[in-house]
Amino acid sequence: MRFNTIQGWIRGLTDHPVQRKRDERLFIDEKNSCPSCQRPLTAAELEVTLYVCPHCGHHFRLTAWERIRYTADEGVFQEFSSDMESTNPLEFPDYLEKLAAAERKTGVKEAVVTGLCKVNGREVVLAVMDFRFIGGSMGSVVGEKIMRAMLIGAEKKVPVIVFTSSGGARMQEGILSLMQMAKTAVATQALEKSRCPYFVILTDPTTAGVLASFAMLGDVILAEPGALMRFAGARVVAGTIREKVPENFPLSQYHFERGFIDRVVPRGELKKTLGFLLDTHVIAQGGRG
Amino acid sequence: MSDNLIRDKILELKALAEKASLDISREIADLEAKLRPASPQKNEAWRRVELARHPERPTTLQYAEEIFDDFLELHGDRTFADDPAMVGGIALLRGRPVTFFGHQKGRNMKDNLKRNFGMAHPEGYRKALRLARQAAKFGRPILTFIDTPGAYPGVTGEDRGISQAIALNMKEFSELPVPIVATILGEGGSGGAIGIGLADIVLMMENAYYSVITPEGCASILLRDSSKAPLSAQLLRLTPRDLLTFRVIDRIVKEPPGGAHKNIPAAAATLKADILTSLEVVSRRSVESMLAQRHEKFLSLGVFQEQEPRRKGFLQRLREIF
Repeated sequence: MRFNTIQGWIRGLTDHPVQRKRDERLFIDEKNSCPSCQRPLTAAELEVTLYVCPHCGHHFRLTAWERIRYTADEGVFQEFSSDMESTNPLEFPDYLEKLAAAERKTGVKEAVVTGLCKVNGREVVLAVMDFRFIGGSMGSVVGEKIMRAMLIGAEKKVPVIVFTSSGGARMQEGILSLMQMAKTAVATQALEKSRCPYFVILTDPTTAGVLASFAMLGDVILAEPGALMRFAGARVVAGTIREKVPENFPLSQYHFERGFIDRVVPRGELKKTLGFLLDTHVIAQGGRG
Repeated sequence: MSDNLIRDKILELKALAEKASLDISREIADLEAKLRPASPQKNEAWRRVELARHPERPTTLQYAEEIFDDFLELHGDRTFADDPAMVGGIALLRGRPVTFFGHQKGRNMKDNLKRNFGMAHPEGYRKALRLARQAAKFGRPILTFIDTPGAYPGVTGEDRGISQAIALNMKEFSELPVPIVATILGEGGSGGAIGIGLADIVLMMENAYYSVITPEGCASILLRDSSKAPLSAQLLRLTPRDLLTFRVIDRIVKEPPGGAHKNIPAAAATLKADILTSLEVVSRRSVESMLAQRHEKFLSLGVFQEQEPRRKGFLQRLREIF
């Protein structure tokens, strides 16, 4: 019997939508039209609209550094643990090659970038996942960097903002990747103790081991429109319980209607919304700012 | 018929039976009997996976019968429903009150349909959390029993927030001011397992597995061939001995020759002894040091490298933050 819960559907993502999404940016370059609504569109226009189609509102996936550029105030982004790298603890075949290829392709060393910066003039710890790096999957490095980001936030008493985008746990690190779910969930308790605001923005896609750990534990949980959010993918569902689920289901709006996220916020309004949240959480930090 | 065809047939029959509320356990047992001898490439990891899934493998409630002087099952998450795939309640363990909960598989097809093959819904995880908070209120130690192929992956689970339920359990369990001992009885399936797996001491039966994904899932995704499950079972390092090296579990519980199902009272007696010892160890800690050790246990899991190791400093600073 195929009971592949948490991560089985990664294949669904890496085989189909990712391919499509990765090509999205190429698609724009080659065809000068939106892959979603087919209307004319150029990369230059998208730069201005934060990679949102001005015609249909389709939100393109962003790289970690694009997201940081659109979120942080201009100036310094002090990156944490930029030298941290994955090893191959299970000696899983081809894993090191896969890591090297991902680094070459994306220019980032792992599936999350963390650091200290300012958003609307207020100091925050920012963690941004990059789906291009092995499907944004969470292994030991992602778990450790998320945990440290939270602990630094708790120690400095500054808000922690996390942008999630992940296929779930990283299979090649086996049980150690499953344990990162527990690790990051435990780390959110540090933010409780020091009364640090913790805001999560779910972006396309956020699923499985990441959705079922730190992503669902924010004080405020926002999501971008059209972001895929699910615990198990269509393939797993079909393989386990013979239920047919559409490939691109359920999206953020679905979870919003069921009360699991606070707001669906279009990318253009995100910075304003975050600014409001940061302004209203100053007192909780003991009057700073 | 190939293994895969038989597996598909079994799933089909189960779905049919569910629709029509029929008992077809005999037909399914016949099919499963065809499956077992055919499994290729015997290896230790795969053998344990097969034993963990053995149809006669003792369940949480069977162990409860054996281990506890007496117990009273409690039901419901107080929000939505009672989930028969997660059982729990109050028990007397050698005269001492404890709270227990765990996944519950069925012993036959009819029972398994009721128990959803041990795949709990969000209300199951919320029932566990309710019982855990109750245990904290009355100072009862908590025993959790893990035996699930995974949390229920269907739409009804999504609808009621399976991700949120599992995430919240991990967060809340890390702060419960009472000793927690978790035991992986059979299948330690991914998020469904860790959803009740955060504990001071994690025990694991000798013929159990604990993994981020099932061998079949890993085989079909990474090896592009679901029939290579035995190979991926090896690659995933999911046996108790592997997990002990990674410090994911603390102790392997010996099983009788041939597996726990060959002599359930003996298996339960060994488990009981190991649980008692574990509780004794954890109960000696002050609440403060128990929680500090619990945090550290999970915050330090993972293997990676960095040029300037800062980890030690981090873990030292933890105590001040928590």
